Amino acid sequence: MEQTKYLVVGSSHAALEAVTAIRMHDATGSLTLLTRDPHLPYSPTVLPYVVSGRSAPEGIFLRDEKFFADNHVALKRGTALKALHADRNAAELADGSEIAYEKILLATGASPAIPPIPGIDTVSYHVLRTLDDATKLNAAIKQSKQAVVMGAGLVGMHAAENLVKAGAKVTIVEMAKQLTDGYFDAVAASLIEKAFTDNGATILTGSRVVKLAPSAVGATLTLENGTTLEADLLLVATGVKPNMEYLAGSPVEHDRGILVSDTMQTSVANVWSAGDCAQAKGFFTDGKVMNAILPDATEQGRIAGMAMAGDPGLKHYPGGVPLNAYHFFGRHAISVGSSKVPDGAEVVTRFDENSGRYLKAIFKDGCLLGIYGVNEFFDGGVMCQLILRRVDLSAVKDRFVANPLAVGRELMSKLWR
Amino acid sequence: MGRSYNTIAFDAAKCDGCGDCMTACATVKTGSTDKSRSRIQIVGDESDGFELALCRQCGDPKCVTVCPAAALTKNFDSGVIEWNASKCVDCLLCTVGCAYAGIALDEGVGHVAKCDMCYASPDGAPACVPACPHDALTYITTSRIYNEVGDWEDLFAPGLAGCQGCNTELLMRHTLRRVGPETVLATPPGCVPGMGSVGFNGTTGTKVPVFHPLLTNTAAMLAGIKRQYKRVGREVNALAIAGDGGASDVGFQSLSGAAERNEQILFMVVDNEGYMNTGMQRSSCTPYGAWTSTTPIGKGSGGMPSQGKTQDAKNLPLIMVNHRCEYVATASTAYMQDLYDKLDKAIQASKRGFAYLHVYSPCTTGWRFPTDQNMEVARKAVETNFVMLWEYNPKDGLEFTRPVDDPLPVTEYLKAMGRFRHLSPDQISHIQGKVVENLAFVKQMAHRQSA
Repeated sequence: MEQTKYLVVGSSHAALEAVTAIRMHDATGSLTLLTRDPHLPYSPTVLPYVVSGRSAPEGIFLRDEKFFADNHVALKRGTALKALHADRNAAELADGSEIAYEKILLATGASPAIPPIPGIDTVSYHVLRTLDDATKLNAAIKQSKQAVVMGAGLVGMHAAENLVKAGAKVTIVEMAKQLTDGYFDAVAASLIEKAFTDNGATILTGSRVVKLAPSAVGATLTLENGTTLEADLLLVATGVKPNMEYLAGSPVEHDRGILVSDTMQTSVANVWSAGDCAQAKGFFTDGKVMNAILPDATEQGRIAGMAMAGDPGLKHYPGGVPLNAYHFFGRHAISVGSSKVPDGAEVVTRFDENSGRYLKAIFKDGCLLGIYGVNEFFDGGVMCQLILRRVDLSAVKDRFVANPLAVGRELMSKLWR
Repeated sequence: MGRSYNTIAFDAAKCDGCGDCMTACATVKTGSTDKSRSRIQIVGDESDGFELALCRQCGDPKCVTVCPAAALTKNFDSGVIEWNASKCVDCLLCTVGCAYAGIALDEGVGHVAKCDMCYASPDGAPACVPACPHDALTYITTSRIYNEVGDWEDLFAPGLAGCQGCNTELLMRHTLRRVGPETVLATPPGCVPGMGSVGFNGTTGTKVPVFHPLLTNTAAMLAGIKRQYKRVGREVNALAIAGDGGASDVGFQSLSGAAERNEQILFMVVDNEGYMNTGMQRSSCTPYGAWTSTTPIGKGSGGMPSQGKTQDAKNLPLIMVNHRCEYVATASTAYMQDLYDKLDKAIQASKRGFAYLHVYSPCTTGWRFPTDQNMEVARKAVETNFVMLWEYNPKDGLEFTRPVDDPLPVTEYLKAMGRFRHLSPDQISHIQGKVVENLAFVKQMAHRQSA
């Protein structure tokens, strides 16, 4: 049986960060990276830009073969993890072979969650999670005249924008009352919505697809209120679910994701998890949450790698802080921190209709909990530090809200040294 | 092997917030004078002091790790984190990743922008630094030395018997690497042979010929050897690495004689201000008030308490200036670029005549400070003007190489180590007075020579 000291499963941000962290402390221990994807490592986040044609598929890879050779990493592509036999420290692969590991990291990410709508298995639809999905969608967009996007999260919105720009008539169907629910508040969402409708898209929020059926064009969607939509291109972007089927029958505890400690260790010895498949402590909550965003995946991957290699510099995970940046029709929206407003918290907003600049900040006990901007640029990384360090902003709150970019830098510059 | 890189250093105390650096950056990078588009951002205000928001070109950059499009990469040759416009998708995630506001949206063009140290400019140096009228920004290029030195052969034995945290090891390895294999080395009794230059069991501790003269005849023997090599037509560097005791006390007459005859040798003094190798006895370079094993602290006798050395240190490098040597300089390992510049000049000068290099070298064992504090103590000595860095040659006279305009009080230096722990306020004011006097004296010499 093949043996390796470190087995990293997955090849996106969490996995790559873990590889870097392991190699910083252990330059020679055998390391194998296993991924179901046939390609070199890439980020799911870049895929909307592959769809639009802005990113060339061959230019998106985060590492090349040389990186793995230089770092003595055995790269196994196109091979999925089928089952984890944690009792005997072995990973069973899709091809039936096994790899014995000393330590394993499960950074297997997530896959599109397909809603159980009657008839969904009778129509053809697109999803967007892998490079192959993106190249298929890129080809399809050019042919599309009338497209429907189910789900108004960031993946759906990005794809919808590209469809609009490619000249299709686009309808976005979203169950929630607003777009980008969970990322941006109602005001920000309405600004985003306006940008889309101004560019010719139709947005149906608070709408549920109840039936799907094949049609001459492609698919017919029936909504809750009885109206129907015809789609020659259907994109299902209704969220993701962690990849953890390989845990069936394994003692590794999982809930919505794989449950991990503050050092990304699972309930079972020698098994760690990080990234979109992990369920870890939230910064704003006591319980464990899914925080499937890119910056958090790198943070978790780094911690997991350090823990696996026994790096004494390891610092415990502070808890996930939501961080999102979204670019739409030449405008941008940034959200950092909690979108929930707890008891006793204060919400400050300002909005300038002329410039379309919108800012919202949530404070509690003088500390920043969350900050949201549309067309209002601030340093998200600085804001995140102000939140994580619980910096008291009472004395500068008004100035901060008026100019978060300058005042944020001013505050952080004193904390840098 | 990691590489070392050039960097832009910021001295907050010198910044008055004028913003000339931002104008210079915006002009070079965007063609406008809009300071908001500058990659270097001065933040803060007069009351609270100014600070810098600028890309730190991190060794382990967060912006690179969170970029989904592989548009940011660390260039391991220049150290610069490079932004690839054709790969960037304007997602702004890098701005969310960086905690230092080192990469931000340039609203003028709708893309992120960051400092690239003007790496690709014709002179390869940042535009902001020369624009600063107050020298608050400096372009530190010391890294070049470390990268170069790393490729040169280490001519000292891999293991040696120095104290933990000893400054002299650093000095010996750097000096020998720079001087190179065509060298004959003299190391009179002191820490250098004590650490192993003369070797063990019949082999030397260096990869160049080394000999162990008496304390009294180092310069004379080395001068003779150099002359013999010249006579047989072989070009070698004649190098002495001696302690302050071996140079300023018992070895002084041969040193002075060789300087007077302008022998073609390079004489380096490692000044740790005492006979540290033999048990920390005082030398003529030991400063006033310092504890040594022969200037102890105690009740004393005849009602006179013993409070450390009662005389001031001899200023040996100034005495060497009065020999009108080809080259005389003082140096410190806390300022390696300065040290290297002087080493290069000293090597050249030693081909013409006598070159003298006096390196202040804190001693963790004899001065009583923690082993990890050597650089800090060396730096404090310069920052308080307790030690001054200057160089002299007969043509240009004496010049400060790292003048300290706004020195720290000498107590900042004294309290960094145990040998001054007992000092009375009177003793401290004596030392502070001496610092002022020495500075005035050297300044006067610098003035006179240049006039």
